[in-house]
Amino acid sequence: MTPDAAIRCRGLVKHYGDVVAVDGLDLEVRPGECFGLLGPNGAGKTTTVEILQGLLPPTAGSVEVLGRTWDRDRAELRQRLGTQLQETLFPEKLTVRETLQLFRSFYRRGMDVEDALAVVGLEEKRTARVKQLSGGQRQRLAIAVALVSEPELLFLDEPTAGLDPQARRQLWEIVLALRARGRTVLLTTHYMDEAERLCDRVAVVDHGRMIALGTPQELIASLGAEHVVEFAAADGAALAPAALRALPGVTAVHAEDGTVRLTVARIHETVPALMALVRDRAIELTRLVTHHATLEDVFLHLTGRSLRDE
Amino acid sequence: MSKRGGGPLLQLTLWRLRELMREPEAVFWVFAFPILLALALGIAFKNRAPQALAVAVQGTTGRADSAVAALGVESRLRVVALDSVEAYRRLRTGRVALVVVPGDPLTFRYDSTREESHLARLLAHAALQQAAGRRDVRDVRDVTTAERGARYIDFLIPGLLGLNIMGTGMWGIGFGIVQTRQRGLLKRLVASPMRKSEFMLGQVLARLVFLVFEVGVVLAFGALAFGVPLRGSLLHLSVIVLAGALAFSGLGLLVASRPRTVEGVSGLMNLAMVPMWVLSGVFFAWSHFPEAMHPFIRLLPLTALNDGLRAVLLEGAGIGTTLGLLANMAMWAVGSFAVSLKIFRWS
Ligand SMILES: Nc1ncnc2c1ncn2[C@@H]1O[C@H](COP(=O)(O)OP(=O)(O)O)[C@@H](O)[C@H]1O
Ligand SMILES: [Mg+2]
Repeated sequence: MTPDAAIRCRGLVKHYGDVVAVDGLDLEVRPGECFGLLGPNGAGKTTTVEILQGLLPPTAGSVEVLGRTWDRDRAELRQRLGTQLQETLFPEKLTVRETLQLFRSFYRRGMDVEDALAVVGLEEKRTARVKQLSGGQRQRLAIAVALVSEPELLFLDEPTAGLDPQARRQLWEIVLALRARGRTVLLTTHYMDEAERLCDRVAVVDHGRMIALGTPQELIASLGAEHVVEFAAADGAALAPAALRALPGVTAVHAEDGTVRLTVARIHETVPALMALVRDRAIELTRLVTHHATLEDVFLHLTGRSLRDE
Repeated sequence: MSKRGGGPLLQLTLWRLRELMREPEAVFWVFAFPILLALALGIAFKNRAPQALAVAVQGTTGRADSAVAALGVESRLRVVALDSVEAYRRLRTGRVALVVVPGDPLTFRYDSTREESHLARLLAHAALQQAAGRRDVRDVRDVTTAERGARYIDFLIPGLLGLNIMGTGMWGIGFGIVQTRQRGLLKRLVASPMRKSEFMLGQVLARLVFLVFEVGVVLAFGALAFGVPLRGSLLHLSVIVLAGALAFSGLGLLVASRPRTVEGVSGLMNLAMVPMWVLSGVFFAWSHFPEAMHPFIRLLPLTALNDGLRAVLLEGAGIGTTLGLLANMAMWAVGSFAVSLKIFRWS
């Protein structure tokens, strides 16, 4: 008997003194999906997942995990969940294998330590001290520790924050393999490409509130346009937003710091028209980029701010 | 069993043991430090009794010369002839115990609050009177002993042992816990089904394993280098050491319950330990402190541990005589353990 939702929370609120970290969040994570919480730093992602894991008491709201509540079924839930927290430094003097053995010993059921090493590709590092691991390897160890109990529900809080691109790719492969095997995962990130690539559904959060929810495709489609044209003019020469909006295929115009972003449905119509406009006004372009719309554009569209520069 | 890699308590204990063993500094503080301290103090105080007392004879006249010669007969005095300025300077700074001013009457100048000055005066007086022709009216015979167990080093070794059990217990446990908290590991641990009491117990058990070696090394050193005796039973000694270790493990847990930083816990640690360094009879007997302080001093766990160690090592006391001390340490252990479980900060 599986409950219809792996996680369900209603009206979740968390205050730290005057700071409102989470501001009335409703979430539902379905069994077998990889659900993403996407938002800038300080959006309340860590606070939310720590409340969902029974590590912080909420100021208000209700939480149900695997059909259970923390008040009544704490011990059982601890056995069934796996987690990678945002800021855990494992003991530096233990080896990779010893660290896994330590955590494995807390669980009644779970996988062999060697198998957990294999899942994250750390077999050759089994006797290395944690101190000797790279950032990416430490993060893979954290995920192996989270997996060693074969949890029914896995929490990953910013698993790739601060890693170089290659290490991020390796972690993505691990998460994608988990997803392919039908694991239920709640993942937080402030990288839109990560959410787009890894998650079945994404909740976009900002200032402790959910501002959008859907599959990455749905969210991008909600822009009403699939492409983005970005340009900047020399000497800050400006084009009137009204003139830009009148161009064929443009659905939205956003100007910030001298850079103009057009959300565009039919790029083959917009670009020639834009070029003609620029030539007519004798404006010199210093930059012109077009790309497929991403979750980044969704966030920008919803908040007027960019995800990264927080 | 192999699949789980042993029970959680075993794994938690192994974790701490591995961390302690893989830390060269910790090994130094636990093993080398007490031995070096004992060695230094043992050598400094080894030949305490037969040290000669310095006496100055003021002036360089013929009378002064004969006084120097008369005092030179007494081997327990070391005599120098000095001018009056230098003689008083040395008396003031404690470098001579007595100044003899030849003349009629013969004058002794000294600080009447200093014990060695009184002794020097007695010796100098006898030597000078004898040189002037005084005859003793009774024959006297001296019989001396050098009993093991009565020397300063015998007093010191149990004190150092107690100090070491306190220091390593509190530092070992307190530091480890705060570092674990600072690294976000405590939070990660409570996100797993780990039992909190097993975590604490694991810390204490790892300490106890170390303790066996630690106590063994210090006692063996005391016995081999200075012949410090073990007059009571090994069992009784073990019970006292265990009680002390548990008391200080509990205190270590207690001071580490709340601080988020190593600096924070260091402050609390010193606050707890420094008074005991001074009061609990490590380097000198606590009975030297005013009577009014004794009830308080007796309450301190290090006092109980030191008294217990001395009773079993030096007096060969049976377990019945140290029950009060054991109860004191047990009270500290249980009390601090219970309070820390209540106030412990797990994140
Ligand atoms: N322990 C705390 N005390 C006070 N404020 C906090 C605490 N933890 C988080 N906050 C604040 O709550 C907000 C949300 O933080 P967090 O949940 O860590 O965001 P995210 O994980 O999305 O970066 C931030 O403004 C942060 O400064
Ligand atoms: Mg965070």
